[in-house]
Amino acid sequence: MRKARTLLSVYLAYMLEYRAELFLWALAGALPLILMGVWTEAARGGEFPLSPGEFARYFLMVFLVRQATVVWVVWEFERDVVEGRLSFRLLRPLDPFFDHLAAHIAERLARLPFVVLLTLLFFALFPEARFLPEPGAFLLGLGLTLLAFLLRYTMQYATAMLTFWTERATSVEEVFFLLYLFLSGTIAPLEVFPEPLRGLALLTPFPYLVYLPAALLAGQKVALFPGLWVMLLWGVGFLLLSRLLWRLGLRRYSGQGA
Amino acid sequence: MAGASPIVVAEDLTRHYRVALKEDSLLGTLRHFLRRRYQTIRAVEGVSFRILPGEVVGFLGPNGAGKTTTLKMLTGLVHPTRGKALVAGHVPWRREKAFLRKITLVMGNKQQLIWDLPAMDSFRLNAAIYEIPEGEFRKRVGELAEMLSLEKKLHQPVRKLSLGERMKAELLAALLHRPEVLFLDEPTLGLDVNAQVAVREFIREYNRRYGATVLLTSHYMADIAALSERVLVIHQGRLLYDGALEGLLARFAPYREVRLTLGSPLPQEALLPFGEVRALEGREARLLVPRERLTERVAEILKRLPVEDLEVREPPLEEVIAKVFQSPLPVEEA
Repeated sequence: MRKARTLLSVYLAYMLEYRAELFLWALAGALPLILMGVWTEAARGGEFPLSPGEFARYFLMVFLVRQATVVWVVWEFERDVVEGRLSFRLLRPLDPFFDHLAAHIAERLARLPFVVLLTLLFFALFPEARFLPEPGAFLLGLGLTLLAFLLRYTMQYATAMLTFWTERATSVEEVFFLLYLFLSGTIAPLEVFPEPLRGLALLTPFPYLVYLPAALLAGQKVALFPGLWVMLLWGVGFLLLSRLLWRLGLRRYSGQGA
Repeated sequence: MAGASPIVVAEDLTRHYRVALKEDSLLGTLRHFLRRRYQTIRAVEGVSFRILPGEVVGFLGPNGAGKTTTLKMLTGLVHPTRGKALVAGHVPWRREKAFLRKITLVMGNKQQLIWDLPAMDSFRLNAAIYEIPEGEFRKRVGELAEMLSLEKKLHQPVRKLSLGERMKAELLAALLHRPEVLFLDEPTLGLDVNAQVAVREFIREYNRRYGATVLLTSHYMADIAALSERVLVIHQGRLLYDGALEGLLARFAPYREVRLTLGSPLPQEALLPFGEVRALEGREARLLVPRERLTERVAEILKRLPVEDLEVREPPLEEVIAKVFQSPLPVEEA
C-alpha cells in the first residue's frame, strides 16, 4: 500500500512539473466538444434518435470519459526499449506494468483541475448540456469509466509489447486509434450507426472505451448486457495476451543483448 | 577470507549475437532486403571466474571486448548462449525478486534518475519499490549523501546538477537498497579528475563499510589501480588474465618506458633506432624499450643523443593494456 502511495505521490510531482503541457493535452482532447456543436446543429434540423440536448450531453460525457481514459504507455514503452532504459526497470523488483499504471493514475489526478475548468467553460457556452444526472446510472457510468480506462490500458500495453519485435509499436497503435475513433462513439453516438455496423461495432472492444460509459453518464437508455460481458472478455483477453507477449518479448530482448 | 564460498561464479559463460550484415550501397540495401546475411559476433566466449564476498575486482578490456555483456549476464539482463552463473546464490537471468534486491548495476552512460525532479523524489520511488521503511530510508540517504558530499544537492532537479553530482546521485539511488553485489559499468565515464577521485573514494569506502562485493569496469586505469587488487582482463570475448594487478604488468609489459629531455628538438626518425616512440613534444620524448635490452639501449641513447635528462619507469597501465589489445574482434560468417 505504501508502495502504491509513494509511486503515486512521486509521479504526481512529476506530472505537475508539466502543468502547461497537461493543460494543452486536456485542450487537445476537445474534439468531442467541436463535434457536439456539429451534431446539436444537425439534430435541430433533421430526424435523429437523440435530441439536441441529448447530443450535447452525450458529447460532453465523451469528452470527460476520454479525459479519464487517456493512455500513452505504448510511446513510453517504445522509448524505454529504444533508449535502453528498460534495463533499469528490469533491475527493479517491480513489474513495469504497475510502474506505468501508477504514472497514468497520477497524471489523471494532475489533469483533473483542468478538466473541471474546461467543463465549467462549456457549461457556460452550451447551456443545453447542463443537466442533473440520475445517481444510479451516473455511479454505474463512473464505474464503467474506470473499467474503460483499465481496458484501454491493457489493450495498449499489449500493443506496447510488440516493441520487442518491431520497435515501431506506435504505428500499430495509430492503426488501432483510427478504429477507435470511428467505432468507439467518439465521432458519433452508436445510436446513429446503421444497424449491421452497430451490431458489429458492439462486438469489438472500442464502444466500451467511450460510448458505453459516456451514454450511461449522459443518462441515455442503454442496455448494460451483454455489452459488459463483451468488455470484460476483451479485458481479460488483452491482459493475458500482454502477459504472454511480455514473457516472450523479454526472452527476445535479453536474447538480443538488452 | 580463505575458505569463504564465492558470491559470484561464472562458468564457461558465453554469449553470441547474430547481426544482419548490410553493405552501404543501394544495391547492398536491396540485397539486404531480399536475402539477409548474418554474422555471428562472439561477444563473450567461455569466461569463467569466481569472486569472493567483499572483493573489489577490476574488469579491463577495450570497447567491445565483452565487459558490458558479461555484466548484463551477471545482472540477469541477458541470457547466455551457454554456460552458468550464480550471483548471491541466484541464477541471474531468472530475475527473482530476492535476487534483484541483492544486486545493483550502475551504468555510467545511462541514468535512472527522473530528469526533471529532485533526486530525492527518485530515491523515494526506489525506497517504495524496494520496500525500505521510512526511518531506515532517511537514515540511509543521510549516510550515503554524507559519504558522497551530496547533502545540499538532493532537493535540486536532477537536470540542474553537474555531471559529477549526477553520477553521485545515481550511485546513491542504486545503493539505497544496500545491495550485496555492485556491478559498476564505467561509473566515472566523462567525469573530471576531481569527480573521478570522489567517486572512487566513495566506492572504496562503501566496500569497506558494508563489505559489499564490487565488480567494476573502467576506461580509466587509475580507477582500477586505486580500487582493485585483482583484475580480470577480457579481450575479444575471452578472459586473458585473472590475478593481481602487478602480475599483469609483469606478464604483459616486457617494456620499460624511457623519458628523455633533449638538449634540442629532434625529428622522430632520430629516436626510432632506440625504441618505440610513444610521444614526442619539443624536447620531451617517451620511448618504450624492451626490458631485456634496456641497459644497452640507454647506454646508446646517452652516447648518441643530446640528452639533458633521462628517466626509466614502468609504462602507464593504459599502454600496457593497449599493447595487449591490438587485434580486431573475431567475426565469423554464418
